[in-house]
Amino acid sequence: MSKCLINNNIRKLRFHTNEMTQQELADKTGVTRQTIVAIENGKYSPTLELAFRISLVFQVPIQDVFTFNPEENLK
Amino acid sequence: MKEKITIQEKQVLVSVISSTLILGFYSLYVYQKYIAGNPETLNDFKFWGRSFLFLIPVSIVVQIIIHIVFAIINKIITNEDFPSITDERDKLIELKAIRISHWIFIVGFVLSMGALTLNMQPYVMFITLIFSGFIASIASEIAKFYFYRKGI
Repeated sequence: MSKCLINNNIRKLRFHTNEMTQQELADKTGVTRQTIVAIENGKYSPTLELAFRISLVFQVPIQDVFTFNPEENLK
Repeated sequence: MKEKITIQEKQVLVSVISSTLILGFYSLYVYQKYIAGNPETLNDFKFWGRSFLFLIPVSIVVQIIIHIVFAIINKIITNEDFPSITDERDKLIELKAIRISHWIFIVGFVLSMGALTLNMQPYVMFITLIFSGFIASIASEIAKFYFYRKGI
């Protein structure tokens, strides 16, 4: 499985949002808790729609939640 | 760090075991009832047609029952609920798994046609078809397990 090129700050953002649980974030974005776990662990790159939904929950720009690091794959 | 097995992964394992058991018991039942002592049945097209048609509803009903029982037992043991939705990741994994199973079944179909071309008995073609369907189904479940565990 190729390494996920998209890093995320979801865990940190959850912590700073009243220690939101993975289940709460999942409910607010309309996915399962397992999908949130997979995204946090870099095992799944969400669709653009889900990425926007997550950023809307935290009320931050999408680039504060996800960052794209193509050079990591070249190392 | 050792990862905890998720509910989707458990479901996949239950599907693999139940598919194997269903085909195993069904084959045994059909063999004992129709084939044992009467091997010419193997080349009766009507027998194969009936066997295929009967296997499909039996398999669906038994799979549903097994999954309901599994959900109840899992709830009692772990107090974990099944996800009430199928999200984008589940759908993507499902699609990838279906693609793998289709390719495997196509290979099986070609092999079964090859058996006819090589003048083998017709039952070889039917057994190859059933077996390739089973392998395709198992491969699909294994692929799902892999994608859920390793990522997609």
